[in-house]
Amino acid sequence: MATRVGMEVSVAIGEMVRLANADVIAAYPITPQTHIVEHLAKLVANGELDAEYIPVESEHSAMSACLGASAAGARAFTATAGQGLELMHEVLYIASSMQLPVVMTVVNRALSAPLSVWGDHSDAMSCRDTGWIQIFTENGQDVIDNILCAFRIAEDQSVLLPVMVHLDGFHISHVIEPILLPESSDVDSFLPVNKYPLPLDPAKPVAMGDFGPPFIYTEMKWAQEVNLKQSRETIVKVWQEFGNKFERYYHPVECYRSEDAEVLLLTLGSFSETAMTAIDKMRDEGSNVGLLKLRLWRPFPFDEIRQAVAKAGVLIVLDRALSFGGLNGPVCSEIKAALYNEAKRPKIVSFVGGLGGRDITVDDFQEIVNRGIEIAQKGSEHEFEIFGVRE
Amino acid sequence: MAKPENELTWKDLEIGGIVTEPGNASQYRTGDWRSQKPIYDFSRCIKCALCQIFCPEGCVQQNADGYFEADLYYCKGCGICARECPTMVITMKEEE
Repeated sequence: MATRVGMEVSVAIGEMVRLANADVIAAYPITPQTHIVEHLAKLVANGELDAEYIPVESEHSAMSACLGASAAGARAFTATAGQGLELMHEVLYIASSMQLPVVMTVVNRALSAPLSVWGDHSDAMSCRDTGWIQIFTENGQDVIDNILCAFRIAEDQSVLLPVMVHLDGFHISHVIEPILLPESSDVDSFLPVNKYPLPLDPAKPVAMGDFGPPFIYTEMKWAQEVNLKQSRETIVKVWQEFGNKFERYYHPVECYRSEDAEVLLLTLGSFSETAMTAIDKMRDEGSNVGLLKLRLWRPFPFDEIRQAVAKAGVLIVLDRALSFGGLNGPVCSEIKAALYNEAKRPKIVSFVGGLGGRDITVDDFQEIVNRGIEIAQKGSEHEFEIFGVRE
Repeated sequence: MAKPENELTWKDLEIGGIVTEPGNASQYRTGDWRSQKPIYDFSRCIKCALCQIFCPEGCVQQNADGYFEADLYYCKGCGICARECPTMVITMKEEE
């Protein structure tokens, strides 16, 4: 029987990767991801995890090594954050378009300059169009459950795509939480051995990442798009199977007290937990408010979002990243686009906040909701409001 | 590949565009990039093979008489052979 143990979330991630029997870990340490890869390095050095640990010289090399390992049929894992993810950027596209099922935890960190090691979603949002599956998590248990699911989703023969599991730097990564690690036998029965269908094999040579002249590039990209869109079915199926086995359920869009809500707030990542407390408080005070938590960012769950907001009058979206020069935060832009052609849609109000590790408290969330309702009624001179900025 | 390349649809592609037929790059006609082609005066040729060594495409082979000649299916017309030939066998001529 699995027992709940208090441990740092980063250490729990390392333990989950051990339980998932990763074959190759190639990583470069960077705050706030460091404790994950330190723990994995220790597990490999102590012989507790039979894997190759490649201490590469950069994140660009980390992802490149993971591609090579994955192409040879190995289960490859890496972790990074912020600037590290940016240095990896070009290789991210190669992983997804070559359909290599690498799993990576991204400990979300704000981007320089000014230098910040603290959390926000600017790094995650910069990967929006890389073709990876992107899953957000709101606490330690979410993270480790979704790392296990990520291997299963990535390696599913109908998917074969790399997966990022996002957790907020410090707000999740460095917190000690009660974590329920699954039994090794349960992991083994949930996660079959990785069988990449066309691995690098001297006995049966293949060429990967070939030259794609204009006569074939469009077909390649469309095949990639269709595959990523279709992966949503498998993601939902894997989460359902996970729930049946472990009794914790995950969905592309998770609804909290939102059924009859006139006003909806939408968040993603660790802020969802604070937002739930704020919603509870506002419900107690008689406000008809609810919360939507976006778990799946790519492929974007258009149908689930349309369904979840169908009855609401106001939708307030809180982004934890800026899209410089854009209409509003990246998540809000996507939601506006998803709802534009709907006959009935709520008024949508965009906030950006929590940048570079700044907290948003329960009281702040109440202020955001109240201000959001005011903007929905009276309008605002701004396309979006940046919460808490000192004028 | 069974189909001609310009008839392949997105559904015909292997996962990640993997090529399962080794060495099929040899089917790729790089000769149609050429704007100049090599013309040979074999009476000056000493069969030193420098043109073959310098050819970046690796498309220069000995013909039945032992002279070195580019395979125009692959020759991109770069003119390096003409530049390197010590006895000036090769001149580059505009393609029509």
